[in-house]
Amino acid sequence: MKVYFDNAATTRVSSEVLAAMRPFYTQKYGNPSSLHSFGREARTAVASSRESIAKSLRCDSEEIVFTSCGTEADNLALRALPKGMRLITSSIEHPAVFNSCKRLEEAGVGVDYLPVNREGIIDLAVFEKSLSKGVGLASIMHANNEIGSIQPINEIAELCSGRGVIFHSDAVQSLGKLEINLSKWPVDLLSLSAHKVHGPKGVGALFMRKGTKVKPLLCGGGHERGLRSGTENVPGIVGFAKAVELATNNRVKNESCIGKIRDKLVRGVLNSCGGAWLNGPKKNRLYNNAHFGFKGIEGESLVLRLDAEGIAASTGSACSSTSLKPSRVLLAIGLTPVQAHGSLRMTLSKFNTEKEVDYTIRKVNGAVSSLREITCVE
Amino acid sequence: MYSKEVMNHFLKPKHAGEIKGADGVGVVGNPICGDKMTVYIKVSGNKLIKIKFKTFGCAAAIATSDMICDLAIGKTLEDAKRITRDEVADALGKLPLIKMHCSNLAADALKKAIEDYESKK
Repeated sequence: MKVYFDNAATTRVSSEVLAAMRPFYTQKYGNPSSLHSFGREARTAVASSRESIAKSLRCDSEEIVFTSCGTEADNLALRALPKGMRLITSSIEHPAVFNSCKRLEEAGVGVDYLPVNREGIIDLAVFEKSLSKGVGLASIMHANNEIGSIQPINEIAELCSGRGVIFHSDAVQSLGKLEINLSKWPVDLLSLSAHKVHGPKGVGALFMRKGTKVKPLLCGGGHERGLRSGTENVPGIVGFAKAVELATNNRVKNESCIGKIRDKLVRGVLNSCGGAWLNGPKKNRLYNNAHFGFKGIEGESLVLRLDAEGIAASTGSACSSTSLKPSRVLLAIGLTPVQAHGSLRMTLSKFNTEKEVDYTIRKVNGAVSSLREITCVE
Repeated sequence: MYSKEVMNHFLKPKHAGEIKGADGVGVVGNPICGDKMTVYIKVSGNKLIKIKFKTFGCAAAIATSDMICDLAIGKTLEDAKRITRDEVADALGKLPLIKMHCSNLAADALKKAIEDYESKK
């Protein structure tokens, strides 16, 4: 059995999305900047995709800037920080924001990394206090990519807007899963990505509220109103819009179906494996996210044992391929480094089934037991 | 990222376990860094007649633990002590660079186990 439980990493492209994209590779392949009919066709497609995404987020289509990925959107967003001002962020941001902040610090910008509680959620009182004079921008993610914790971004946005602080949120993980209402929430900048919602890789977007100014990352032909030069990824943008439309229309249904089998997975794993716990919050959590800790086991070996059984999961912990350090996010919620090393993230999608969950519960139990037999850490 | 050889030793280690009443025990690593291993040896006539390991760590840590047992079994203590980290990695068809430092601890663990035996003699 093959089970894909790594949907926070990326997702399978929906057949409807692929069908919507295909003609833009093979028939309607014009450059949106061209004057001829091919160009007009592509231009119209980009415009209607922009409108469709804007409608889902309840914003104006002119406020959507297409980018090459979520990371680019995050990088672009932080360039809205006014010169000479401080930046506030959380200690659990995605590397796209976190490492951008580190880079800004190297350039002399003052950055505060706010703590989160054991559930991975920011304290509003602490946040409010941090908004002292001189803070120009705050960047707090909507939902966390590792433990799925959801921040009260509406409240955070209100606090920022009351003090004239620009507010950015990375909504890459929450897009399509949580309601996003930009007509009500005073968010200034919001980063999005297509491939986490069954859209294609290589396309993202930044919502920029009218009046928000950023310095572009790329110099070139002035595409995207001068904010993102480079020929538009037309098939990608069309697929992105289709993916967002599907996710928005099916949000309630997906939440109840996926949430049900996620809950079963969590119960099953915790009940069958001793010395196991759930990392992250019980409430205020993405409905497709499960994140386990296991005593005496290192996460990478667990992931690879499961891979040998056909199950794709991930570890936010050490040895996660490029970094040997335990997850910064797990340390921020108060786990010890040893606990953080023994973690397993499983993230579900609409394509997963209850059968896969049953199979996975058995295999996790098997892998955990066999690794515990050979471990030298209690 | 791992060779077939690493995966074989990781998925089906032949030497995992403990030796009750071992002649020497070597412990290296730190679980805080993600890797810790314990090597148990049984010695007879200056030769390693039995080696077992218990390891907390990634696939590389488990595979190198198993491989050191393969490489050292039957060897004299002197020869076994001379097995290097690089030899363990080579026998596994190379390790990813990032794993060479942290997870390739097995040769050190074996050396410690032998030294433990020698110190008790």
